[in-house]
Amino acid sequence: MNPLTGYLLVAALLFAIGLAGALTRRNAILVLIGIELMLNAANLNLIAFWRYGPHPEALTGMMFAIFSIAVAAAEAAVGLGLVISIHRHAHTTDLDAMNRMKG
Amino acid sequence: MSIVFYIISGLSVAGALAAVLLKNTVHCALALTIAFAGVALMFLELDAQFAGFAQILIYIGAVAILVVFAILLTRGSETPKDTVYSRKPVVGLVTAAGIFAMLGWAVLRSQQFLPGSGGTPTATPPVTVMDIGNALMGRYVLPLEIVALLLTAALIGAVIVAMHEKESAK
Repeated sequence: MNPLTGYLLVAALLFAIGLAGALTRRNAILVLIGIELMLNAANLNLIAFWRYGPHPEALTGMMFAIFSIAVAAAEAAVGLGLVISIHRHAHTTDLDAMNRMKG
Repeated sequence: MSIVFYIISGLSVAGALAAVLLKNTVHCALALTIAFAGVALMFLELDAQFAGFAQILIYIGAVAILVVFAILLTRGSETPKDTVYSRKPVVGLVTAAGIFAMLGWAVLRSQQFLPGSGGTPTATPPVTVMDIGNALMGRYVLPLEIVALLLTAALIGAVIVAMHEKESAK
């Protein structure tokens, strides 16, 4: 099998697992874990295409992956801060119980 | 495909599966660390040393620790009595399986058009950390500054959102 195909298939599998976790769990932190897995799968695609692409010395895919990692870190910080804030107001992290926007 | 690739991909997929399937939330966070480490090893296997070590530092060192902090601060480690899944988990599972089937079909169908399909291993890209630094400070300096601004805004925003409110404000 083509090595790039293998990496793309693993990335697709990781993305599907993350999506399933984000769609089926009720704990908000577990949903964030699923989103992080999906972002990791996208990064793996970027790095794999950079490695096997025609011009790796241009560093395009590598730069995409690095900026994507930085944005994912910011997203995780804000998301978990929101979860902690909601838990302080409503004393729950259950997504089914979060049914109003008013504090 | 080398045996190393199969070991690493099995490790990351097993970690990811455990992270979304386990009942105890703390166990999920620890399994997430294994999945992150597997992806970092894949980056190293792909000759992307800088991205691999950045992945270890940021994801395992910061994001996973942040997730554990959030779980412990919200007492999420207490397993709920009824179920850990949403009311209609089948819909989510079918959506995820459908998307995986579509992605896998697209990847397998386009196999002969992908680069590196000749079977010969491509040469290691001649890229050092110095090249990455030069690119970050040269061609990509504007995105770098925007990411710096975004990280500062996210830091302040996360602190303000999670900050204790005064008793008088209630």
